[in-house]
Amino acid sequence: MGEGRGELETLTQQTLADRLRDEFVGKPIGEPYEARDPVSLPMIRSWCDAMGDRNPVYSDEERARESIHGGIVAPPTMLQRWTMKGLSNEGPPQAGGLGSRLVEALEGAGFTSVVATNCEQEYTRYLRPGDHLTGTTIIKAVSDEKKTALGSGHFIESQITWTDQTGETVGTQMFRIYYYKQAEKQPSSTAPRPRPAISDDTRFFWEGASGKELLVQRCTSCATLRHPPRPMCANCRSLEWEPAPMSGRGSVYSFVVHHHPPVPGFDLPFVVALVELEEGVRMVSNLTGVTPEEVSIGMPVEAEFVPVDDELTLPLFAPRSAG
Amino acid sequence: MNGDLSTLRSGDVAMGDELPPLEIPITATLVVAGAIASGDYQEVHHDAELSKSRGTKDIFMNILTTNGLLGRYVTDWTGPDALLKAVRLRLGAPNYPGDTMTLTGKVTAAAEGEITLEIVGANSLGNHVTATVEVALP
Repeated sequence: MGEGRGELETLTQQTLADRLRDEFVGKPIGEPYEARDPVSLPMIRSWCDAMGDRNPVYSDEERARESIHGGIVAPPTMLQRWTMKGLSNEGPPQAGGLGSRLVEALEGAGFTSVVATNCEQEYTRYLRPGDHLTGTTIIKAVSDEKKTALGSGHFIESQITWTDQTGETVGTQMFRIYYYKQAEKQPSSTAPRPRPAISDDTRFFWEGASGKELLVQRCTSCATLRHPPRPMCANCRSLEWEPAPMSGRGSVYSFVVHHHPPVPGFDLPFVVALVELEEGVRMVSNLTGVTPEEVSIGMPVEAEFVPVDDELTLPLFAPRSAG
Repeated sequence: MNGDLSTLRSGDVAMGDELPPLEIPITATLVVAGAIASGDYQEVHHDAELSKSRGTKDIFMNILTTNGLLGRYVTDWTGPDALLKAVRLRLGAPNYPGDTMTLTGKVTAAAEGEITLEIVGANSLGNHVTATVEVALP
């Protein structure tokens, strides 16, 4: 009885990767599959048309005869093409397709998303029209559970070996695919934009923005502009002020690019800029309509009023042509 | 391909040589034509609405087309009598219609007619593909 329990514990401790490796690695997926059609000029032509490949050895009988091949050959990178099943449901799995039992096991464990990451082809010889291929797929490796930017999952490595009508190997392909659970979405612009803390001192600024006006405090005693808003003029100490509309034009005085950590309401990376308005005051804002790489100090910018929702409009800055 | 049949000879190529860049406009036509020419009917390579409903920006290029473009890029440079021996590629950022992929490459090994090339295909999102290609020159 003790023995039996030990066995059970071992079984339950075995990871998914271990189980998949035991069951699939080193084994062929299904029977070898024969291509529906032999290597043919029309299929070569449609491939070369799509790729824009005008190598004459693939399409020009006369010049191919004069070449090292002595006649038309297929582009080697077409190797997998010859055993693709196309729209029919007959024949081999699709590109990198795995046995249905392996796919079911992965999907059953929640690894439902898939992406191809590596393809490594080796060509033993060039193929000619009339060659008829047969492919055999073997599962080569199942990785432990990995964490990537996409989410956690398993890399599955398979290898296809193609033989010709005489049984000779003509090429091989290692294909690596990643089965994963999608990572939790990063906070992004779909999250609500953080709200400004509006006080009696700053209300005029946000109300101005709603009306697409960029307002800055101007001292009514000495006419000095000041931003961000505060009660007293630093020049003459007057408490009297009025909101003054700005042109909205300015230039980047300085900036930083925020890469990390993620901030709800913002798409990473984003630019935080200190904009010097042509009236002389400086203002912190985001730049929009420009990639971080394109931003430079002195870059001419112009205010753009971006409505966030019914209550909030943000004055951001976008590049403008100089002058 | 410049139209002539001349091919680089092993003595013509040295480590560090660079291939001329090739800009490939990624169009929906290229993505769909490449998918059909390679017999790949996965919806994400031809059905834009369905692709968007699955969370991608648009349809995107399939791996076999990327492979084919790499083959073309290399033999455009070597000429027709060079033999492709191996193409090993790693995929990164997707190739969506409207983008441009610029292929660049350099020779990282050259010995006795066998050369190795490191190739990068970059688009506006980053590197779509990084590849190692082995070629035999006459």
